Amino acid sequence: MSKDNQILEEFTSKDYEHGWSVDMEVDEAPLGLNEDIIRWISAKKEEPQWLLDWRLKAFKTWETMSEPEWANVTYPKIDLQSLRYYSAPKKSNKPKSLNEIDPELLQIYERLGISLNEQKKLQGIAVDAVLDSVSVGTTFKDTLSKLGIVFCSFSEAVKEHPELVKKYLGSVVPTTDNYYAALNSAVFSDGSFCYIPSGVRCPMELSTYFRINAANTGQFERTLIVAEEGSYVSYLEGCTAPQRDENQLHAAVVEIYAAKDAEVKYSTVQNWFPGDKNGKGGIYNFVTKRGICAGDNSKISWTQVETGSAVTWKYPSCILKGDNSIGEFYSVAVTNNYQQADTGTKMIHIGKNTKSRIVSKGISAGKSQNSYRGQVQVMKRATNARNFSQCDSLLMGDKCGAHTFPYIDIQNSTAKVEHEATTSKIGEDQIFYCNQRGISTEDAVALIVNGYAKEVLNQLPMEFAVEAQKLLALTLEGSVG
Amino acid sequence: MLSIKNLHASIEGTPILRGINLEVKPGEVHAIMGPNGSGKSTLASVLAGREEYEVTEGEVSFLGKDLLELAPEDRAREGVFLAFQYPVEIPGVSSTNFLRTAVNQVREYRGLDALDAVKFLTIMKEKMKLVEIDQKLLSRSLNEGFSGGEKKRNEIFQMAMLEPKLAILDETDSGLDIDALRVVSNGVNKLKSPDNATIVVTHYQRLLDYIVPDYVHVLYKGRIVKSGTKELALELEEKGYDWIKEEVDAAV
Ligand SMILES: Nc1ncnc2c1ncn2[C@@H]1O[C@H](COP(=O)(O)OP(=O)(O)OP(=O)(O)O)[C@@H](O)[C@H]1O
Ligand SMILES: [Mg+2]
Repeated sequence: MSKDNQILEEFTSKDYEHGWSVDMEVDEAPLGLNEDIIRWISAKKEEPQWLLDWRLKAFKTWETMSEPEWANVTYPKIDLQSLRYYSAPKKSNKPKSLNEIDPELLQIYERLGISLNEQKKLQGIAVDAVLDSVSVGTTFKDTLSKLGIVFCSFSEAVKEHPELVKKYLGSVVPTTDNYYAALNSAVFSDGSFCYIPSGVRCPMELSTYFRINAANTGQFERTLIVAEEGSYVSYLEGCTAPQRDENQLHAAVVEIYAAKDAEVKYSTVQNWFPGDKNGKGGIYNFVTKRGICAGDNSKISWTQVETGSAVTWKYPSCILKGDNSIGEFYSVAVTNNYQQADTGTKMIHIGKNTKSRIVSKGISAGKSQNSYRGQVQVMKRATNARNFSQCDSLLMGDKCGAHTFPYIDIQNSTAKVEHEATTSKIGEDQIFYCNQRGISTEDAVALIVNGYAKEVLNQLPMEFAVEAQKLLALTLEGSVG
Repeated sequence: MLSIKNLHASIEGTPILRGINLEVKPGEVHAIMGPNGSGKSTLASVLAGREEYEVTEGEVSFLGKDLLELAPEDRAREGVFLAFQYPVEIPGVSSTNFLRTAVNQVREYRGLDALDAVKFLTIMKEKMKLVEIDQKLLSRSLNEGFSGGEKKRNEIFQMAMLEPKLAILDETDSGLDIDALRVVSNGVNKLKSPDNATIVVTHYQRLLDYIVPDYVHVLYKGRIVKSGTKELALELEEKGYDWIKEEVDAAV
């Protein structure tokens, strides 16, 4: 083994630093999945009949579907009957302020370096913290509600804004869309809801921290973001999960609706437990994220920094229906040890003069596999559609893999589609150059990797970008030394 | 300050350095010359700690420490600086950001507080004047798309920022235009002090007109085969290396 690889090995075999688990009384559904469980969840959440019917319909569809196998990932089949589909912290009286939040929960946030109090004061971010399945704290509601902005847990939205939920739920990702989306529709427990009324520019970043905390709990979050005509919102979602021995399934659905002249910026930093250095444990992350630029001149921009999960299957997509609408996808996906990621985007051009931009930066270390899968589709009426795709891969060591699967489908001859792809190896030369200036190897790797991912990191809101940089460094810590 | 004794080094089993001896004292300037492929860059790399080279024999002490025992970054922090013959590009990382990381890690090693952004920029402005380097260049990605001369100038700028005790300049003159050569050499001269030393690797007398060496050494086939004062460089300029090669090859 060359020195370079030996170095990489040491650097990559560090244990996950955010690994912990806090025992908490849970109020949970029996194990397994059937109609009764779905009724149980719906009743538990005191849902209206229409929603129960919607879930049951999704469940019926799901029963006819089978697990997709086209992604470039391999993992043991998940026994969905051995999972528990609902688990909530027991103290269910809704807190009115942070002081009322279970100190045990606050402690978890603190150990992750995320203090709600701090964030509230310093960053002007409204935080809707989701622990397991129930929303436990929502801040900044007042400021937002004065503008008519709704930002709350999904269950709350079902209770307080049923007409909005009913109108948009499933309108972007139908229950029939795919296996995991159907499953999510049947059993989703909670999530976030965000509504920006016409002409309102949301004055702060809306942020949700998702955590997974109960063993054997499939996580089925549901997020719905609606931006009415001429509105703007920047929405952040970040994840860190406790260390677990068993694989945990996560199948979230995110739907974004942008009306005429509206703009939605959606950013994620995802750091779920990736499994230990031998590939044991770790989260399975099968996510369906899609936005529709329904109105003319609307814009949806996805930015993701993916560092966690044992297996990732995720393709944030844009349906560019309105004329002149714009879809963007900026992604950094890091895989280390035995992680597998198959991620990318779909840009579907329907309206005239629609534009899309894809910037994907994959980083593979250890024995991981990192795949980009992207589809650009230009429909018949999409005159003058434009797409630019840039897919880069960075390899650390020679035991990992990077793969690119671009699909292009053009039905209008005026379309202009450009695709660029590069693969590079993190250079021994670069590391030595940094060393020679007094920079340690770990910091050198962090510098080089952050430089490589810069175009994507620049898309993130400032404080998030800083966090993401640290996360990238942390994820690759030990891979070179 | 630097003492190299019988240094042998090889790469992938091929011996390149075959018994180098060199003593460098504070305040001195040593020039190392020699034909292409004689091992000049190899010597510089071995001193800087490049891992591909295996030291098979000999010792190197630097300011009383066993240099070969130190990791490359610690050698740098102890004050060894190498201006690369071929500076490396690091996309997406600005020179400013790179140098700030470097300077602060060196300071930390030396038990000094990290410089905050304002102090760092003040020092940077000052040092920029020394080598007449443009701010615009420093906000670009490190060395990416820099011209040959810009890269070399940037190396000396980095040297100014890091204030090394021993600077090894590997063909810093190559790629510099006539004016740049003067500017960069003046920069190097201004950084000279009785406490630090410089080793310049070069093929041309031109540079030595500006950076005047106390000693000139000729490296050939991995050994220093001739040493002298600055006059030796003039002689080489005039006669080339053949006469030395003949001397050495005849003796073998
Ligand atoms: N990986 C390698 N395997 C075998 N030989 C190598 C390797 N790397 C370098 N060399 C050889 O080592 C010798 C010394 O190279 P070095 O770069 O030190 O020369 P130099 O004196 O700096 O030359 P120049 O004046 O051209 O810069 C050369 O013959 C070179 O080909
Ligand atoms: Mg050389």
